[in-house]
Amino acid sequence: MDKNFIIALIGMFIVTYIPRMLPAVGLSRVKLPSWFIEFLEYIPVAVLAALLLPSILVQNGHVELNLNNHYLIASIPAFAAAIFKRSLFIPVIVGLAAYIILSYV
Amino acid sequence: MYKEGFKSALPIVLGYLPIGIAYGLISVNGGMTIAQTVAMSLVLYAGSAQFIASGMINAGASPLSIISTVFMVNLRHLLYSASLSKYFKSIPRRSIPMLSFFITDESYGVSITELENGQQPTRAYFLGLFITAYLGWVISSLIGALSGQAIGSNINLGLDFTLPAMYIALLMMQLKGWHKAVIALFSGMLSVALIFIIPGNGNVIISAVAGAALGVLFNRWTKIS
Repeated sequence: MDKNFIIALIGMFIVTYIPRMLPAVGLSRVKLPSWFIEFLEYIPVAVLAALLLPSILVQNGHVELNLNNHYLIASIPAFAAAIFKRSLFIPVIVGLAAYIILSYV
Repeated sequence: MYKEGFKSALPIVLGYLPIGIAYGLISVNGGMTIAQTVAMSLVLYAGSAQFIASGMINAGASPLSIISTVFMVNLRHLLYSASLSKYFKSIPRRSIPMLSFFITDESYGVSITELENGQQPTRAYFLGLFITAYLGWVISSLIGALSGQAIGSNINLGLDFTLPAMYIALLMMQLKGWHKAVIALFSGMLSVALIFIIPGNGNVIISAVAGAALGVLFNRWTKIS
């Protein structure tokens, strides 16, 4: 491996690891103000929605609100399954099945 | 407890498979060696950052520009780490620096959702979940790197939808009360709008912070009225 790659790799490790580690180590030993606790309580839903919506709505660089967007269509049964059964596995299996069927029709 | 974590990591592993393979293929086809490709997975363990970094390395970018780009792309882990800190209080302090290495979009999403739905935050649970997902990522990228040009970069395993489906499952498990539903809708729409303006995952961190801040204001407003 060449020197530039090693330098880049070490640098990338440091800048990736520090943000992962610092809040976990620092915040787990202090008492947080109530507004910050409330803020953190909203983070999971806010993050999951911020990851999910672009992944199903945006295809090939633009918003695709049509039947050709298999991600969008497969999301409907996945959502239905998630409402019916609040579990990690069932919606994933239903969504994947719908997506695979769609890619054959 | 290891077993519970292991089981919860299986959808993540399934989701990492097509992405890891694609990453391995693209890096090796672009000129990186198999060892370099896998070294990045072992050391960074961050999907989108690795795609961007391997593109930059193969294009001959300077280490400084690669490192600063990766920093920006991975800054969202700050939020995940802060959010998990509450549950890290009950595990041995010396394990926290090691466990926090394994925080990704997916391992965070699964663990925070299960912890908020009654999962006990033990070291064994985190280890089972985190190590399984990590191995899934490293092995998928190794498979991609080894396959090289043999498969071509346009393989479709039909598994591409695993992670969106997992986010749907996790989001629905998290949605309790209309406050959270409104915030989810707000952050999601904002993220879609920002993805066209802000490069490198900046849309995720900005819309999540904006959504959570709005959530705090919501709490204040509804308390007063």
